[in-house]
Amino acid sequence: MSTSAITPVPFGRRLKRFMADRPLVPLIILLVILVVILQILRPGIVNERWIANTIKFAIPLAILAGCQTMTMLTGGIDLSVGTVATVSAFIMATQIVNQDPVIAFLLAMMPAVLIGLINGIGVGVFRVHPLIMTLGTSLIGTGCLQVYQRTVIASGAKIPDFLAWLGTGVTWGFPNALLLFIPLAALIVFTLARTGFGRLLYAVGDNERATRLSGVQYWQVITALYLTSSLLAGITGLLYIGLIKAPSLSLAEPLVLPSVAAAVIGGTSIFGGRGGYTGTIIGALILTVLTTLLTILQMPEGARRILFGLIVLFVTAAYLRIVEER
Amino acid sequence: MSHFLRRQGWVSGLFALLIVLFIATRIIQPGYGSGDFGSLARAVLPYAFAVAAQTVVVIAGGIDLSVAAMMALTSVTAASMMAGASEEYALFVVPFVLTMGLVLGALNGLLIVVTRVPDIVVTLAMLFVLQGAALLVLDAPGGGAAEWLKALISGTVPIPGLPDAIDAWLPKALLVLIVCLCVIWIPLRRSRLGLSIYAIGSSELAAFRSGVPVKRTRIIAYALSGLFAAFGGLALTMSTGIGAPIPGPYLLASVAAVVLGGVALGGGKGGLLGPIVAVFVLRLVRTDLTLLAIDPNVTAIIEGAIMVAVVMFGAFITMRGRQ
Repeated sequence: MSTSAITPVPFGRRLKRFMADRPLVPLIILLVILVVILQILRPGIVNERWIANTIKFAIPLAILAGCQTMTMLTGGIDLSVGTVATVSAFIMATQIVNQDPVIAFLLAMMPAVLIGLINGIGVGVFRVHPLIMTLGTSLIGTGCLQVYQRTVIASGAKIPDFLAWLGTGVTWGFPNALLLFIPLAALIVFTLARTGFGRLLYAVGDNERATRLSGVQYWQVITALYLTSSLLAGITGLLYIGLIKAPSLSLAEPLVLPSVAAAVIGGTSIFGGRGGYTGTIIGALILTVLTTLLTILQMPEGARRILFGLIVLFVTAAYLRIVEER
Repeated sequence: MSHFLRRQGWVSGLFALLIVLFIATRIIQPGYGSGDFGSLARAVLPYAFAVAAQTVVVIAGGIDLSVAAMMALTSVTAASMMAGASEEYALFVVPFVLTMGLVLGALNGLLIVVTRVPDIVVTLAMLFVLQGAALLVLDAPGGGAAEWLKALISGTVPIPGLPDAIDAWLPKALLVLIVCLCVIWIPLRRSRLGLSIYAIGSSELAAFRSGVPVKRTRIIAYALSGLFAAFGGLALTMSTGIGAPIPGPYLLASVAAVVLGGVALGGGKGGLLGPIVAVFVLRLVRTDLTLLAIDPNVTAIIEGAIMVAVVMFGAFITMRGRQ
């Protein structure tokens, strides 16, 4: 018999290897399981409207998680994204009252550019730990926002119609925010996988010394990276204000830690060099569905947070175990 | 002497900075006296314990994002247990809360070791868990504290034979802080365990090959961090008389003071003294800014800017030193 020459691989082992080769598969399975649980708990909840709603809320998280993915690829992290998004949103909402929309948009993007540049120079030139650098700039940003708020308290705020349309509108069952997100996500995926800049990010994260010895200008890469990350966060802020429709001084702060979690669940290594954006998008979807699930269970706020923490931990651990099998 | 200065250069610089700040404070507010110093010590107390908790873990080569949440949980637990209870009952509450911190900290370490998930992610997840637990214990600020606990950190230490003028500069809060930290830190630093903690922070592989029990040491480092955080939570309850389930700004402050205190974020370098002095420096800057009648929001900007500037300067110095 010719088949007896091949030692049969146990099914479990083969399944594991298959999953390790395609890290996205277990994530998608998890997402489907969560949706099925939701459907069982509350039959009929999973419909077209619910899906559109979930995607709408997952998109800001997914873009911020994109910032984390890119910075984590180099072994960094960007904790200032929440503040940048909040500042951009707040400036947009207050400046639109008596400014031209284009000028308001440029004004709203200014702090994003500034914070991104400071982060990049601090991390790239002065070699400050990214965690500290971005925490520090977010502290400064929040302080500036509070001072700024004092000056515009009289003029009030309004949400531009276009942003409201982009944030909450649904066309033929598809949220309008996808118009922004799909090109953006495609750009990030393309940049990471197919361009020199993307390859440099992986290289820096994998072995910084070797990269520098190969003649790469480390600080230029890092500055460009943190600038990009900050700009993305600023755009997210504009999208998020259209979704939430209430400018506040801590608008996007609650998204910061979940954005890190989404990137980690999506399989990006926090030590750099490994990961990608598609996993992160699914990670963001998983977290959004999870939040809905915990809300539906009508638990007290405390229990909900406990479960959220435990699940993030469990998913990351299980995922690492599967991927490390190869 | 020069050898000592070179080794302790960073800490000596911080001490000098602290003294300069004290002089600046006296110039800004000529009436700044012992009473104000006492309130400074009381304000520093929870921050100092948070910083101690962060320092131990950072020296061991990790980071603990759950420090503030741990403080919130221990604080509300203590406050809700002591509410309406007798004074003696607090004698039971204090060790209970400290043990709780120790166990939860050890759980942090155990999860990192067993699951092999990066420490940032594990402590981030624990941040949510502990915050949730704190909300389950008390969903709004409340509870109470035993009178003797509150008295423990208010007022000054009367030392016989010393004139009152000097006595007044020895607030009880400062003494509590020094005693609690020394009792744990000095024996640790001198022991094999302390050396192991530095070793795994410096190079995990080298430590492993030299026979250091890396996993056990890491768990113990996180357990100690939990213990210090529990002290911090108790200090919060002692100074406010209640427990609040929403964590204060202690996470950011602890990381800032650790870096400012000369502890390398990669691990293996630095001590406890530097970060503690750094906390005093940071708090005193805030006091000065308040005394100068600066808008509290601008104060936040200045604090952040100082932190970033100091960290950049420190990184710059180490870079120059390496070349």
